[in-house]
Amino acid sequence: MGRLTEAAAAGGGASAARSAGPPPAPLPLSSTSPGCAAAMASSEEDGTNGGASEASEEREAVGKRRRLGLLATIWLTFYNIAMTAGWLVLAIAMVRFYMEKGTHKGLYKSIQKTLKFFQTFALLEIVHCLIGIVPTSVLVAGVQVSSRIFMVWLVTHSIKPIQNEESVVLFLVAWTVTEITRYSFYTFSLLDHLPYFIKWARYNFFIILYPVGVAGELLTIYAALPYVKKTGMFSIRLPNKYNVSFDYYYFLLITMASYIPCEYVSVSTLM
Amino acid sequence: MKVQSPRHWTSREFPHQVEILDAKTREKLCFLDKVEPQATIAEIKNLFTKTHPQWYPARQSLRLDPKGKSLKDEDVLQKLPVGTTATLYFRDLGAQISWVTVFLTEYAGPLFIYLLFYFRVPFIYGHKYDFTSSRHTVVHLACICHSFHYIKRLLETLFVHRFSHGTMPLRNIFKNCTYYWGFAAWMAYYINHPLYTPPTYGAQQVKLALAIFVICQLGNFSIHMALRDLRPAGSKTRKIPYPTKNPFTWLFLLVSCPNYTYEVGSWIGFAIMTQCLPVALFSLVGFTQMTIWAKGKHRSYLKEFRDYPPLRMPIIPFLL
Repeated sequence: MGRLTEAAAAGGGASAARSAGPPPAPLPLSSTSPGCAAAMASSEEDGTNGGASEASEEREAVGKRRRLGLLATIWLTFYNIAMTAGWLVLAIAMVRFYMEKGTHKGLYKSIQKTLKFFQTFALLEIVHCLIGIVPTSVLVAGVQVSSRIFMVWLVTHSIKPIQNEESVVLFLVAWTVTEITRYSFYTFSLLDHLPYFIKWARYNFFIILYPVGVAGELLTIYAALPYVKKTGMFSIRLPNKYNVSFDYYYFLLITMASYIPCEYVSVSTLM
Repeated sequence: MKVQSPRHWTSREFPHQVEILDAKTREKLCFLDKVEPQATIAEIKNLFTKTHPQWYPARQSLRLDPKGKSLKDEDVLQKLPVGTTATLYFRDLGAQISWVTVFLTEYAGPLFIYLLFYFRVPFIYGHKYDFTSSRHTVVHLACICHSFHYIKRLLETLFVHRFSHGTMPLRNIFKNCTYYWGFAAWMAYYINHPLYTPPTYGAQQVKLALAIFVICQLGNFSIHMALRDLRPAGSKTRKIPYPTKNPFTWLFLLVSCPNYTYEVGSWIGFAIMTQCLPVALFSLVGFTQMTIWAKGKHRSYLKEFRDYPPLRMPIIPFLL
């Protein structure tokens, strides 16, 4: 289980796939501060374990899962069932809207509350990693959830003109299928009864869902750029008393560019 | 006719054999015959390099158990729990680079980069600002402080610090330089910007911040000197640091790593002096990292020394 399966669940979009990073190093920086020379090199050495210790960490992760307390198991089962149901509801709502209206225009508006609720609720997954009831690293879960939150709240919610873009439907579909697969996979695993199809789906859907999701997200951000530039939203200009500036337009450009190295990292760990 | 009584070999005199296996594949990499029982791991590493020259000693990790801890260079063969044929497991630590090289590179960068912004070298700000000078005193002061800080670090690397490990993984230099150089450029851009806004409380704020900065720099240096004096040149001994006659070292009474405490203090001082949010963020990130290191160091002190002073906290007196 552990990281490799997290990686395989990458499915819909770089935001999810990006979570499939390399095994996280114990420290974000090396210990190079003056005066710590005497001590930290040992942690530096252990930090280079990288891939070789992954096998042992995987085993440890499985062992950890087996020792999950009853309360944690009950909570996680409830959580995963709830999330599976939530994304199913979302999927059904999307299908119904399209069947009734015959267009994707207004689709986002009709499902936005449900989307925001369940995607934001997923922040809990970071807590699960923090308290150790899920074997994924906090960093990996954090990156995955953050990029989804970014997409939902800082792009589609905040930049209203792009809500009716086709690309929005594209990534919504990718996310929905990915999340239903992922959460049902976790649910069945916790109940110790994993149907082969779900397992197969989890390890194979991403091949289609991942590029589709990435495309949807990138196209959406691209569509948003003119509005961001025109309104100067979320930006701080100089001069100001805290001597800082932030340009959301360039931030979005950098984010789009970062999809490429992130893709490389994710795909290299998935393959 | 003299009869020679048979010599009874003891384990201490019997030459050992060492086989080295790959920790992952268990492949037999090397077999060393007739190794002195008093041989150290360092000497075995040298012998291993002879057969596998691409794995110089600094990148070798030898252990008794494939998943165990690395053996130290000073460990002696006969003192290890092995028979006369020792099996050691090898892991490649990857390309290594010396700590001194990394430190010098990562500190020289910010020194140089900040000055590029200070002198408003072309293509950073608008062309009409090229090579102009700020009219705010605090901007000049900030340049002096920032430059002093990194010059101090460079000199300490060359003349003060005693490193217990010679090397670290090569990829660290890229990580670390990105961090130091990146943040230096980011904060230097704003402090030296033509539209820079000086601190809200003016000269008072700057003076107070400067005092904090200078005191913490002196403190940090004092701790580095005290730590250096703990360890004789060329040795790797570890002792509990204690306060000396220098009042700056009295912080040892309350924290395990006062050098980090002073370092955070210096950057807080610099942040107040420049009233620049990127500096505050840099201080926060640095504080987070140093707290992790301080906690680790504190833990290893506690593990190694039974009589470690109980009042001490890792980095912030009484709190953290």
